[in-house]
Amino acid sequence: MAQIGYSKKVMDHFFNPRNVGTIENADGYGKVGNPVCGDLMEMYIKVKDDVITDIKFQTFGCGSAIATSSMVTELAKGKHVDEALKITRGDVASELDGLPPQKMHCSNLAADALHEAVKDYLNKKEGSAKGGDQGEAIRESQGGK
Amino acid sequence: MQRIYLDCVSSKPIDRRVLGFAKPYLEHNYGNPSSLHSVGLEAKRVVEDARVKVAGLINAENENTIIFTGGATESNNLAIKGAALRNANRGKEVASSAIEHISVLNSMKELQKGGFTFNLIPVDSNGIVDLEKLKEVLTKNITVTSIMYANNEIGTIEPIREISEIVHERGLYLHIDGTAAAGYIPVDVQADGVDLLTLSSNDLYGPQGAGALYVKPGVKLQPVILGGGQERGLRSGTENIFAIAGMGEAARIAKDEMPSESERLREMRDKLIDEILTIDEAYLTGHPTQRLPHHASFYFNQIEGESILLNMDMYNIQVSTGSACSSKTLEPSHVLLAIGLKHEEAHGSMVLALGRSNRIEEVPRIVHAVKETVERLRKLSPLSRKEVI
Repeated sequence: MAQIGYSKKVMDHFFNPRNVGTIENADGYGKVGNPVCGDLMEMYIKVKDDVITDIKFQTFGCGSAIATSSMVTELAKGKHVDEALKITRGDVASELDGLPPQKMHCSNLAADALHEAVKDYLNKKEGSAKGGDQGEAIRESQGGK
Repeated sequence: MQRIYLDCVSSKPIDRRVLGFAKPYLEHNYGNPSSLHSVGLEAKRVVEDARVKVAGLINAENENTIIFTGGATESNNLAIKGAALRNANRGKEVASSAIEHISVLNSMKELQKGGFTFNLIPVDSNGIVDLEKLKEVLTKNITVTSIMYANNEIGTIEPIREISEIVHERGLYLHIDGTAAAGYIPVDVQADGVDLLTLSSNDLYGPQGAGALYVKPGVKLQPVILGGGQERGLRSGTENIFAIAGMGEAARIAKDEMPSESERLREMRDKLIDEILTIDEAYLTGHPTQRLPHHASFYFNQIEGESILLNMDMYNIQVSTGSACSSKTLEPSHVLLAIGLKHEEAHGSMVLALGRSNRIEEVPRIVHAVKETVERLRKLSPLSRKEVI
């Protein structure tokens, strides 16, 4: 039988989202989506020795947008940044026991937001290695669709 | 936690009295009204009895103006395609408002593919049809103009009598989709000047699977569904006796109880609107006064409607939304866009449609749930932060 509605895991992450909030002086920041489309996600990471030690998100969007955001923070926490970049949309969806077909594309941007945050961190790191601080400029460049 | 069902625009429970009335026609009377033996004649009598009751609800000239269909979508298809195609020799243009039900809009678009010109009439920010634009657009080539009596998403009631005058000065037929209005406000096809009117059984607390189309005497239609020629040849197919019997009884009860029931719901509705509008950045959609008595619709900035729906369900309160994320097309409601809401505003919509099961004592619990839902989702939303990073 085709899946009807959201899985229990999606509902759990929707009602009890993990790692909600923002991080001041985050080492990496990513933002994807657009309120006009109905989904906007922001991801903050704190990194030590290239390992994500803390991660927070805020999301405007439907049930799956919130659940995928929450799930991706759980998957990324404690991971090396290179590993975090390998987390795919598909991984997030399968960890949530699947998403309804029409949600696979539009509301499954959480992995993208994570990748943006990690790239922001890597860019900053590269910038400071060169001795310049490009963090602010990069922060302005928004990823996503 | 007791369920509080506030999604009466999507579906209603069958009234227990209706079920009691119609159940024997599901269990014992299995006749086909076209059969001439006694079992068939009994079934025929049931259908004709229902026809009289439905005609009574809308003050039709006589019961023969009522054609039973499979539901409101089918009635809309029959009215629009049936009238436009049958009268194509008089003109190949049709018109409707921008906030019609999708079954009306898609019927119009189907005609467009067949060479008809489709005129879309805009509405103002309250959802009232732009009468000046209607006058401007209407020519004698327009054979069918379709306007809803009241809108199911924003509750706005249209000025049907004024619209009727304009249409009949210029066009041929006026089709009114009465699905959301009938049973809540008086619908009088003769006084209102209606040529075709759509009704739904379930919207009257009848069984799903039946609807009706009022066809004014003399209005020319061609059928959409062909077969054995039931319903004066306009809707072939063996009659759904249970659903039709139920629809008739539902129409009778709706007519009898409308004055007191609508007043009761209006009081509860007003209280809900007053309380919910105290929430920061909460706005009413639709007309503030010209609206259905059971209908309260809103949008909230910074949050999204499907999340609102899911969160309200946690309180065992069922609501609906016009958000894109809850629709199959992933487009926000065309009604909310037509009244001028931005996409991000339409995404945050919530509709509360009250029904017979609701009691005014439920208002505090509903308001509490709405407030907590909005607060929780705003805490999750990056849009609610004052300064954006």
